[in-house]
Amino acid sequence: MSESTPTTAETRRLAEESRDRVRFEEEALELSDQVYRVARRLVGSREEAEDLMQDAYARAFRSWRQYQPGTNLRAWLLRILTNLNIDHGRRRQRAPEMLPMEEGDYFLYNRLEAAVPEENPAEERVIERLSQDSVVDALADVPHDFRDVVVLVDIGDFSYADAAQILDIPVGTVMSRLHRGRRILKRNLAEKAVPT
Amino acid sequence: MDLCDQCEELMQPYVDGVLSDAEVRMAKEHLDRCTWCAKRYRFEVELRHFVRVAAAEPMPPELKAKLAALRTPLH
Repeated sequence: MSESTPTTAETRRLAEESRDRVRFEEEALELSDQVYRVARRLVGSREEAEDLMQDAYARAFRSWRQYQPGTNLRAWLLRILTNLNIDHGRRRQRAPEMLPMEEGDYFLYNRLEAAVPEENPAEERVIERLSQDSVVDALADVPHDFRDVVVLVDIGDFSYADAAQILDIPVGTVMSRLHRGRRILKRNLAEKAVPT
Repeated sequence: MDLCDQCEELMQPYVDGVLSDAEVRMAKEHLDRCTWCAKRYRFEVELRHFVRVAAAEPMPPELKAKLAALRTPLH
């Protein structure tokens, strides 16, 4: 057996690396609930979300050295996940997207208020017209490019800058997609709550 | 463009907290005086919360175990 014994420095380096890796993996796993919450709304089904999570975590664990400690790990994980989502299924789903009609920001409120039987109702009575299921469906009906941004900012609670980095698009694009995406979401919600 | 239209335009960035100080002042002044817009503002804030809660689906517990199994085995 001619296997050389590793030097002390080498042993120490390996031990340090293994410790860093374990810490990375533990931190990434701790964030998995939060990552899943976003992932679940980026795709149409629970199965897709589970597959995407596993692919993303497998890749994250393989390329953990590329993560810079001290930066936003949740954003780093979601960047991997959204890239995989776009690489995989997304192309298949990209039918020529008809952009839904857009209404102003007060559109949803006005429509819901008109459906409340009382005169000049309080806003709590107005929001009661919405059901939780309708939110999930209305969100799923927002075209992908807009939905990604709405999900990251409004559900994932990411800043515009983080969303821009995750999706690799300029901040200005995040802002315009968010603006339009929210309006499309509201229009979908209005249609579901108060069908025309 | 009347003040309520202006307020509608500023509403989303206002809720996001990304307006300039001057714009925040403008929006606040209007919201203090206009009950019509103030109601819609409170609705927007509640709607954000409602969407977040409605869209939240907890991770299936077995998925967490599957993710943990993807870790690099310790030697």
